[in-house]
Amino acid sequence: MNRVSSFAFRAAVAAIILFSGVSRMWAQTPGQTPGGTPPPAATAPEPAKQPDADQNPFAAQPAPPLPPGMTGSDANDPRYKLTPGLYDAGETSLGIKHLQLVKKPDSFQLGVTDPDDPKVQRLLEQLGIGGGMKLPKELQLVIAELAFSNSDLAFQGNHLFQGNFYGMNIFDISNPAQTALVTSMVCPGGQGDVSVYRNLMFMSVEMPNGRLDCGTQGFPPEPPPAAGHEKERRKPAAQADRFRGVRIFDITDIKNPKQVAAVQTCRGSHTHTLVVDPNDKDNVYIYVSGTSFVRQPEELAGCSGEAPDKDPNTALFRIEVIKVPVAAPQDAKVVASPRVFIDPRTGALNGLSNGGSHGKGDEETKPSDSNQCHDITVYSALGLAAGACSGNGILLDIKDPVHPKRLDAVNDPNYSYWHSASFSNDGTKVVFTDEWGGGLGARCRPNDPSKWGADAIFHLHDDKLTFASYYKLPAAQGDTENCVAHNGSLIPVPGRDIEVQAWYQGGVSVMDFTDAANPKEIAYFDRGPIDPKMLVLGGEWSAYWYNGNIYGSEIARGLDIFELTPTQFLTQNEIDAAKTVHVAELNVQNQQKLEWPAQLVVAKAYVDQLERSQALPADRISALRTAIQSAESSHMNKGKVSKLSGMAPSLEQSAAAANSPADAKRLRALAEILKHPSA
Amino acid sequence: MSSNELKSRLERFHGACKSELRSARVSALVCAVLLASSAAAGFDSFAVRGQQSNPATGPVVVQPGAPGKPSKTLPPSTKGVLPARSQADVEFMQGMIMHHAQAVEMTALIASHTDNKDLRLLGAKISSSQSDEIKFMQRWLAARGEPGSMAMPGMSDMNASGKPMALMPGMLTPEQMEALRNAKGAEFDHLFLTGMIQHHNGALIMVKDLFDTAGAGQDADIFNFATDADNTQRAEIKIMQAMLEKKTSEEKR
Repeated sequence: MNRVSSFAFRAAVAAIILFSGVSRMWAQTPGQTPGGTPPPAATAPEPAKQPDADQNPFAAQPAPPLPPGMTGSDANDPRYKLTPGLYDAGETSLGIKHLQLVKKPDSFQLGVTDPDDPKVQRLLEQLGIGGGMKLPKELQLVIAELAFSNSDLAFQGNHLFQGNFYGMNIFDISNPAQTALVTSMVCPGGQGDVSVYRNLMFMSVEMPNGRLDCGTQGFPPEPPPAAGHEKERRKPAAQADRFRGVRIFDITDIKNPKQVAAVQTCRGSHTHTLVVDPNDKDNVYIYVSGTSFVRQPEELAGCSGEAPDKDPNTALFRIEVIKVPVAAPQDAKVVASPRVFIDPRTGALNGLSNGGSHGKGDEETKPSDSNQCHDITVYSALGLAAGACSGNGILLDIKDPVHPKRLDAVNDPNYSYWHSASFSNDGTKVVFTDEWGGGLGARCRPNDPSKWGADAIFHLHDDKLTFASYYKLPAAQGDTENCVAHNGSLIPVPGRDIEVQAWYQGGVSVMDFTDAANPKEIAYFDRGPIDPKMLVLGGEWSAYWYNGNIYGSEIARGLDIFELTPTQFLTQNEIDAAKTVHVAELNVQNQQKLEWPAQLVVAKAYVDQLERSQALPADRISALRTAIQSAESSHMNKGKVSKLSGMAPSLEQSAAAANSPADAKRLRALAEILKHPSA
Repeated sequence: MSSNELKSRLERFHGACKSELRSARVSALVCAVLLASSAAAGFDSFAVRGQQSNPATGPVVVQPGAPGKPSKTLPPSTKGVLPARSQADVEFMQGMIMHHAQAVEMTALIASHTDNKDLRLLGAKISSSQSDEIKFMQRWLAARGEPGSMAMPGMSDMNASGKPMALMPGMLTPEQMEALRNAKGAEFDHLFLTGMIQHHNGALIMVKDLFDTAGAGQDADIFNFATDADNTQRAEIKIMQAMLEKKTSEEKR
């Protein structure tokens, strides 16, 4: 269809949509002429396919064919065709038990729509609702969509903080299976990325409706222009009450958070990262990643969205560092705007176009002029940060947290958008994610390439990143399920690198990347799509392990709570060993070094792993188990314990001859515990 | 109408809606509208509810004030509220659908016009994202009761011959499209890359215009979509510029 005819055709279709209700028409063959009016004759060759108003706009989009040489996800997986539903969708899992879904509170859902508004009726007509009497909850979701989406999670003690584009919800998780809402805090501005530190809670705001006073009204459009001035461009008035940046709340009273500071930035804050400097007890730092438009200087002095060759002070090509005095958070302010994309040789601010790649020469054809970070994960114990920065993954030295310095940068021919990063606990690997399609699209269909929208696992050695492999949710998902790699955290199983990760409506996937070149899925949970016919935004935004449970922030449905159950891929001992690690606070992007106590349960986890990898013969495995068991049942009788200690040297010898570095580490760690075990 | 009056009227309608006698599609629609809206208002017992609130022990709804100001407690029945919708948002989506459709039209030519592997892969990705985004925009408009196109019969956007009066920024003219259709091989590659760069740059202008309009871009979907489109198109422009440079340097060799 050429431009003119398709244009006229669309106009005709639009008229039909408006005046006769669209559901009848949807039943017709696409392309059939509605209303008996023939479309104008085509005057040029037609393109193969043109998405157009002649299709039901709510109908799901089938995936295009796989590009040559690519493979897709598994359509035979039980997760592919689960029954749809908002609260009654089919579920399936492996090694994960779903304990509870706490629904999104009413105050964070769209309220009444005026029943007299003709647009409401039109909307329902378009949805084809009318025959059945079932409450069309999807209707509210479609209208509201992102405006009330749940986003990231943070944890402190018995409290879970769930960010939302509309504010924050705080839950009591002292009994995870009976998690209860404590506080709903209304304060819109998206996307509500959250961190907690002692009595302070931090929250990202990026959208133009954000207000200093947490008001829900946003800012009004300007009155229509006077007659004769319709075509003149008018700059919007600067709004002194607009807020885009990082809010700081005092949460001393968990039921009454108080805003103590609101630090404005030029691009707002899409995400932020809490940085705790081990050498600075008086302050904490916030790295701000802004990804959206730069506001006008009339609203915030000094803001410029110009290219760096036109304005060396451009707000593009940088991150922001906010310094927060812990005792006086109201004095928080931006103290630096590091140029993390600079080319140190030329001084060009947009220096990251040849940052190195595993693309075998492809870097020449696939540069990316990164001007923003999407998210940064800091690992202060190592003095490092990994930045997922739109076109690049970068590695930063953050020993001086105010002045991070770039150590390395990579790009990837299959990556669309570098989205997030996490380190392995020993700092020898980094897992990056690619949010191909921005999270709003179905990207796990059988025909979506397994290398697109996937994790990319890199080795990290001597401050250099080298590509090892991709990992994508192995199960295909339907075309009404938004799905792509998203946020995850480590599960503290000793002896293995395990990450639990959210894949939006692809659910939760637990991946073992101990062998960086061969990551494997070891557990999962998935529900069917929210809706069978249209893509309603939903699914898990983040899935994080916190003190013994997995919590999933479900965008549309609420908060999911899970626990791991044993399988051949993960034993009860390994799960129990993971539960020995307790933290007082968890902000996943502020990665803490995990350490395990010298307890026998940790030893048992190692023994299970050595059996699985066949690093020790069966007789030695069973001798170890018997010795550990008898030490336990004797309540750590001296004789039994010394028998355990006696087994350590032979394990150390085996370590020296082990087949894999992972087994060598396990053998040594097991020997250490057996030397000085506790119950 | 007071809320009590509204409630009693809604309840009367619910009775009628639940009757077996309901048959006409129109009345079913009215029922559905009223049920949906009353449920959203919290009147109807079969609304799917979230957390129940008990002021003494249950959850609280609070709204902080500006920095340094106290927070206030809101009633447990508080509902979500969105900023007023902006006409600029609607026009942005309508314009961008037209804009994206041309990109899909352009990528559809690749298979029959060039053997360039890089261009084919790039084309597949552009086509996939842009068709997906068109769908997203159509949905956004339809969910808000707006037409998918700006040009409605009787409106001034079309002239007498039915041609659109103006293209969106960066769109290729009919002459440029014709030239692209008639080109093959290396010439097509060049016209495609320069054309798509021009096209994508137009999208960046549209996004900038959107956020430069008072009251616009406050809808979370639009905000996210426009920001994402801006980021991915910038990246694609860079890729295409590099492909052009590589082509030029190869030709010089």
